[in-house]
Amino acid sequence: MNQPVRTISLFALVALLILMTGFLQSWDLALVILNMGLVSAVMSLGVNLQWGIAGLFNVGVMGFVALGGLAVVLTSVAPVGEAWAAGGFRAIGALVIGAGVIVATVKLWSRGVNRWLIAAWFVAGFVIYRLVRDPAVDAIEAVNPAGTGFLGGLGLPVILSWPVGGLLAAGAAWIIGKTALGLRSDYLAIATLGISEIIIAILKNEEWMSRGVKNVTGLPRPVPYEIDLQQDPGFIERAASWGLDPTTASTLYVKLGYSLLFAAVLVILLVLAQLALNSPWGRMMRAIRDNETSARAMGKNVTYRHLQVFVLGSAICGIAGAMMTTLDGLITPTSYQPLRYTFLIWVMVIVGGSGNNLGAVLGGFLIWFLWVQVETVGPQFMIWATSALPEGSAVKAHLLDSVQHMRLLTMGVVLLCVLRFSPRGLLPER
Amino acid sequence: MDFLNALVALSNFVLIPAVAYGSQLALGALGVTLIYGILRFSNFAHGDTMAFGTMTVILFTWLFQSWGISLGPLPTALLAIPFGIAATAVLVLATDRVVYRFYRAQKAKPVVFVIVSIGVMFIYNGLTRFVLGADDQRFADGERFIINVREFRELTGLSEGLGIKTTQGITVITAVIVVAVLFWFLNSTRTGKSMRAYSDNEDLALLSGINPERVVMVTWLIVAALITVAGTLYGLDKSYKPFTYFQLLLPIFASAIVGGLGSPLGAIAGGFVIAFSEVGITYAWKKVLGYLLPESLEPSGLVQLLATEYKFAVSFIILVAVLLFRPTGLFRGKSV
Repeated sequence: MNQPVRTISLFALVALLILMTGFLQSWDLALVILNMGLVSAVMSLGVNLQWGIAGLFNVGVMGFVALGGLAVVLTSVAPVGEAWAAGGFRAIGALVIGAGVIVATVKLWSRGVNRWLIAAWFVAGFVIYRLVRDPAVDAIEAVNPAGTGFLGGLGLPVILSWPVGGLLAAGAAWIIGKTALGLRSDYLAIATLGISEIIIAILKNEEWMSRGVKNVTGLPRPVPYEIDLQQDPGFIERAASWGLDPTTASTLYVKLGYSLLFAAVLVILLVLAQLALNSPWGRMMRAIRDNETSARAMGKNVTYRHLQVFVLGSAICGIAGAMMTTLDGLITPTSYQPLRYTFLIWVMVIVGGSGNNLGAVLGGFLIWFLWVQVETVGPQFMIWATSALPEGSAVKAHLLDSVQHMRLLTMGVVLLCVLRFSPRGLLPER
Repeated sequence: MDFLNALVALSNFVLIPAVAYGSQLALGALGVTLIYGILRFSNFAHGDTMAFGTMTVILFTWLFQSWGISLGPLPTALLAIPFGIAATAVLVLATDRVVYRFYRAQKAKPVVFVIVSIGVMFIYNGLTRFVLGADDQRFADGERFIINVREFRELTGLSEGLGIKTTQGITVITAVIVVAVLFWFLNSTRTGKSMRAYSDNEDLALLSGINPERVVMVTWLIVAALITVAGTLYGLDKSYKPFTYFQLLLPIFASAIVGGLGSPLGAIAGGFVIAFSEVGITYAWKKVLGYLLPESLEPSGLVQLLATEYKFAVSFIILVAVLLFRPTGLFRGKSV
């Protein structure tokens, strides 16, 4: 089967799977899968840019996704005036001081100043930073801790938070790339894994910024609320003309709204990624990936290009993270788990076909479909599989209880099978 | 007196926990370093192998407890460790046979192995959660303390107490024994020497008639033993939770890299470096400084450099610093 036919038929398969879900299970579930599938596809597009096209082994995807989530809070939540009055500017000032200390340390270092002097400067800077920061943070967190206790955001439309998420992730990626990109592939992997854990730790602890583990709920939405729709006589009338009751119609309408928005983002990013891949820039990146030494000998600035593509890929992950948080309507730092937000995205890219943008998108949909369906179909399968066991047996109860862990196993098996029998993925790079 | 009090507080809250934690990390890092040296890849499934080993130990402990077998003051888990090692050895050897051997035969690039190990990680992760669930399990029994805080206070008359948990004592003793046996094995036995030869120069080792499959098998066996012991000790000292074990991957890798990947001595040193910095930086020094400094200088805050939750940041920062300034690690490991 040649490549275009293969691509079209596999995408048709994904469409069929989602439609089947709609017909056999529920349209609500089908749209849930579609929406998160779109977000996953964006994430795997980002990872594909880094790994598939540039060969950078980034396992810190979770961190950038979480930064995207943070961007939603910082952009769209209404500012908490009292907290700003209590210590907002002082907290921002502390951040500026902290950043200044670090920048100055790096500058001093590159000028070759005595190491002990630099260490002393850094410690002094850290103490000053803490002295400025701590009272401000305490004051902010003391403002109505049960309801707010944080600075809030800028109160801008939530859609704006998507590009902001991209920018935030890009900024973080620039700092990380500057320090860690010179490392060998598996060192880079460990370094990025560590950074993603640190980002999550920051989200959990810095309550003045995003309420930490107290979560921010009720984030603004780019689409109307179901309740409003259900009370809108025009909408009820239209729902009736489709033969749906207002409740179902409103949930489907809202989810479809998200689907259209996400699809628009995915299409834009996919077109850009395809154009980049087939441009001289894309050829250069692949040349660097395939043979760094010869690319360097041809006069390509490998370090700079790596940094560039690392920042771009991370920005895409940040955008996806912001989209996901918007879809959820809340941010829960404890829900960010590396298996789900880093390694699952890797499975998507590798199963789909690393180096091929369409492959990454396909993998995003397919693996996400599997991830959801193993959870919904798994229990039924387990009931069937254990039907031979006597009723009330401990083994049966245990198997039924732990069925939710089946999906980790399934993902591992899928990844290993693809790596073994079709190492270039379902849609190989041309 | 104040100085003694400060010393006791320091040992109680920093030195003793850090020594125990460092021993656990060192055992874990030895496994990473051996795999890196012999099989030449960073094994991302290491934390989950550890969880699997500990899980089997827990299951055997429960079995023994139900039979009424116990070690008196010592935890029953010690008795279950050999069985846990055997089960883990079977698992990793089977994984090697089914998964890794194929790529070894192909001479795949290290990064392919790393990605494969991510797949293995998923499977182990699902396996451990499937069998024992994702929740916390405590399985320590026997005597809780070697030295009790209250008794120590009464005995010495100091206002600070010193407590040494049985598990901390066992951790250090076991780690010393395991490391001694490992070094004896690597330095004095024929198999150990062939392993070191294979790690130093694969081609030369093959030319001198060393069977690579045998070396790989022995490596996996040693790794299974190390990781099961490390996981059990960590679980006895704190508690068993699959996700925590997965997260231990980071400090363990940091230890191995800080010490120098491929260098067993470095792995041990790295383990302690990471453990001491982690505990030291996240400890609130107010108490110790309160004893040492004159009253006028006594700190008002907690003097905690970073919140406890940022302990990953500590191992990470040390890792990055070492990678930037001394990429081969403290003990000149290899950098492929």
